[in-house]
Amino acid sequence: MNKSLYVTFLFFSLLLLQVFVFNNILFLGYINPYIYIAFVIFYPLKEERFSFLFLSFLLGLFLDFFSDSGGVNAFSLLFVAYIRLFLIRVIFKKTSLDYLLFNLRNEPFGKVFNFVIITIVIHHFLLFLLASFSFNNISSILFQTLYSSIFTAILFFLGTSLLRNKK
Amino acid sequence: MQQIAYFIQKYKYFLFFVFLSAIALGLTINNNDFHKSKFISSANSITGGLYEKSTQLTEYLHLKSYNKELIDENTLLKNQLDLLKIRLDSATEVTVIDSLKYHQKYSYVAGRIIKNDYHKQNNFLLIDLGSNQGVLSEMAVMNSRGLIGITDQVNKKYARVQSILNSNSKINARLKNSFHFGTLVWNGKNYNKVQLIDIPRQANVQIGDTIITGGKSTIFPEGILIGTVQEINHNNALSEIDIKLFNDMSNIGYVYVVKNLDKSEIKSLENTENE
Repeated sequence: MNKSLYVTFLFFSLLLLQVFVFNNILFLGYINPYIYIAFVIFYPLKEERFSFLFLSFLLGLFLDFFSDSGGVNAFSLLFVAYIRLFLIRVIFKKTSLDYLLFNLRNEPFGKVFNFVIITIVIHHFLLFLLASFSFNNISSILFQTLYSSIFTAILFFLGTSLLRNKK
Repeated sequence: MQQIAYFIQKYKYFLFFVFLSAIALGLTINNNDFHKSKFISSANSITGGLYEKSTQLTEYLHLKSYNKELIDENTLLKNQLDLLKIRLDSATEVTVIDSLKYHQKYSYVAGRIIKNDYHKQNNFLLIDLGSNQGVLSEMAVMNSRGLIGITDQVNKKYARVQSILNSNSKINARLKNSFHFGTLVWNGKNYNKVQLIDIPRQANVQIGDTIITGGKSTIFPEGILIGTVQEINHNNALSEIDIKLFNDMSNIGYVYVVKNLDKSEIKSLENTENE
């Protein structure tokens, strides 16, 4: 598929899915999956990163528009977008030559699992920390991070396995 | 000079990241300040319109509870009307001033909630009323079961409401059976419970007492229901009272926006006092 078309599709489908479906789940009253993080995980790996950083920022900002949360989503998504390359270098041991052919589907599941979980946990922690805007209730932030991360991870792996079986 | 160019070349992604995150953090900080949260709000035509469409789709699911709420409210109003009728009958002479209009201090506009949040630390709602309907910033929002919030950002068709479930909300409230008043805040933990602080020690508060709005502000009329006292914590000098809301904030549909017709008069008096 054409890459820019793929990115556009990913951007808008994740935005609308998150706003109109996943923000309304509220399992047990407060646990939500934040599945739009899949944008950072699936965005094609390239040496040039300006467009990637900017689009991640923009996706977060659009979500903030919908959920009235200032710049919380924008910052947390931008942060994981920025550290994605370091994570890929450390976990998958890739050099810049491998970027073009890099595809998560061809990597061993254990490594993909680590990569996805680390990304999700960092993102969720930043999200909840900034949203509550204080260290006063750090325990509830940590619990929210834990529960929501588990929920997001389950949905993410279920979703990707479903999509993979089709192809 | 070459050094600087080399530096920028080497750290261009990092600099770009810092630039964008500065914007994001700036917006986050602004959003925690009541009067400054201008840029990022869902009260614009794109997000508002999309939320309205999605509400139109899901509204049917809640019709039953909305109907029950309306019937409850009608019963209450009918009872009050009959009480008033009895009083009017017993009055010997009625002066022919249009007393209803003369004494009217508040007017109400009915609207619909098209986006509801209650699980975050700072929650905002969106209603389908805007400046076209005469709704302005800092007006009270309530429904038949009690208080909901204060309007905040307003555009032509939509208004954003700062919910009482927002850590920046501070609302004057008092006991129904005495005139001791305090401030209503939310600690962000449970969306069924808010906290009443700064209540004087001599106030005799019992579990189960009703809490209503105090009417000490130009925003809220006196006597809007809020909730009942559930727990009283006297652990330090300031007593904090947990209040269970009458409203189920996770399930609200139609609301009233309260306009205070005397607001400008009261404000002008308050301003002269300060000078």
